[in-house]
This record gives sequence, C-alpha cells and structure tokens, in this order.
Amino acid sequence: MDRTQLLIGVAVALFSLGLVGVIVRRNVLVMLMCMELMLNGVNLSLVTFAQQTATTVGAVLVFLVFVVATVEIALAIPIVLLLVRAKRTLDLGAYDDLKG
Amino acid sequence: MIENLLGHLDTLLLLLCAVGALAGAALMLVLRQPMRVAIALITTMLFLAAIYGLLGVHFVAAFQVLIYVGAVMVFMVYVIMLLEVRETGAARYSKLLVPGVAGFVVLLGTIVISVWSPLPVPTVAIGRTAYGIAGFSLAFLGEYWFLFELTSVLLVAAVVAALAVIRVGRETRHG
Repeated sequence: MDRTQLLIGVAVALFSLGLVGVIVRRNVLVMLMCMELMLNGVNLSLVTFAQQTATTVGAVLVFLVFVVATVEIALAIPIVLLLVRAKRTLDLGAYDDLKG
Repeated sequence: MIENLLGHLDTLLLLLCAVGALAGAALMLVLRQPMRVAIALITTMLFLAAIYGLLGVHFVAAFQVLIYVGAVMVFMVYVIMLLEVRETGAARYSKLLVPGVAGFVVLLGTIVISVWSPLPVPTVAIGRTAYGIAGFSLAFLGEYWFLFELTSVLLVAAVVAALAVIRVGRETRHG
C-alpha cells in the first residue's frame, strides 16, 4: 500500500464516519459537526489528488470547500438557535412538524 | 536500524496522524455531550493539519488550523456553551442506527476496494509538493479568478441570509 492509497482510505473513512453520524445521531449540533467531518474527508482527498497530479486545482478546491464550510456554519447556527429557542431541545425528534 | 527508522520517520508520523484522525472521528459517534464531540472533532482537524504539513502543503495546514479550528469550531463551541441544553434522558441514536452502520460498512468496503486497485503513478512523489504558496496564489488569482469572485458573492449572500434568519426570529418573538 503506497501513501496515496493510505490517504485516500483515510479520507473515505472520515467521509463515511461523518455520513453515519449525520444518519444515526439525534442531536442537531452533533449532526452539524458530522457534516464538517465529511467536508474534512473531502479536503484530504482533494489535497492527495492534487499532490499526485502535481497541480494546483486541488488546493484551489480546498479553499472553496473552506468557504462553503464557513458559510454553512454561519447559516446553520442561527437556524439551530431559533429552533432551540422554540422547542427548548436539541433532539431531532422534537422537530417532526418540519416535515410539513 | 535507527537510520532505517529515521528514513521512514515521515511515513510513521503520517500513519500515526491518520490513526489519530480516525480515532477522533470514531469518538464523535460514541460520545454523548456535544462539547466532547466538538473536542473530538477539533482533535481530528488538528491531526489532519499535521497530515497536510507532512505532505508539504503548509499553507493548507495553516488555513485548516486558522479557519476550521480557529473560526468554525470556536464558533461551534461558543454556541454549545450559549445554548446550555442538557440532554440527559434523550436517546443518543436514531432508529436508523442499524441501516446506517450497514450502509457505512458497504460504502467503506466498496470505495476502499476500488481505491486498492493500482492508481496511476504520481508525477511527483507524494509529500514532495511541486508548488508552494506562490504558485498556488498565482493560479488562484490568475486562472481561477472567477471562482474567487463567486466565493465573495457567496459570502455576501450568507451574511444577508444570516441577518434575515435573525430578523425572522425577532419578529416571531415580538409578535
């Protein structure tokens, strides 16, 4: 196993663990953090492929992912604050009425 | 023997950081309190920054620490402290625990098997990066300037949207 395979394996494992966290956890804030973990896995794979091909495009995409992650948190946190203020809980089961 | 070990020191460090990052990520699924989950995520991010440093992309490592740990996670920890909602009796996992874990195993297995097949030979050895911050900056502001401009538009839109969300919250509270 060479370095590229190791790093891509780690990136895939991080992404999968984040995805499982989003699916199985019930706490809204923990789910948000698991989404951040998924983005970190994507970043690692981008950096690895950029290294393998010796191009800058991967690093440019990493910066775009940084911006997207920041925007996601900046928007998600006020929404979570409003939801918690209304229901007094972080448990996802309390937000069933959002299904419509 | 020591010389041999020193020759493989960077690979050993890379392996250690990878194990640390994965351990932090696994802890995130197990721990109950959001604050502990946040600290596990910060640990994972710091290990990833160390991996970027070992790979030679120091500017990505610096931004990982500055933006992710320094801004995003500090914001997250601040919100956890602000909310101070104690979830003592609530269930930790949803009903989708079994299908979620089964899906995780299938996804991980499929992708790892597909990665296991030989990859194209790298043009430059991994860890011997062919560009630094100068090459990256030239490419970013020269070749990919339109994406750079688009991110600034996205940031402005996010600020406006966050203000709109806060205003909706105020109006709901006052009437």
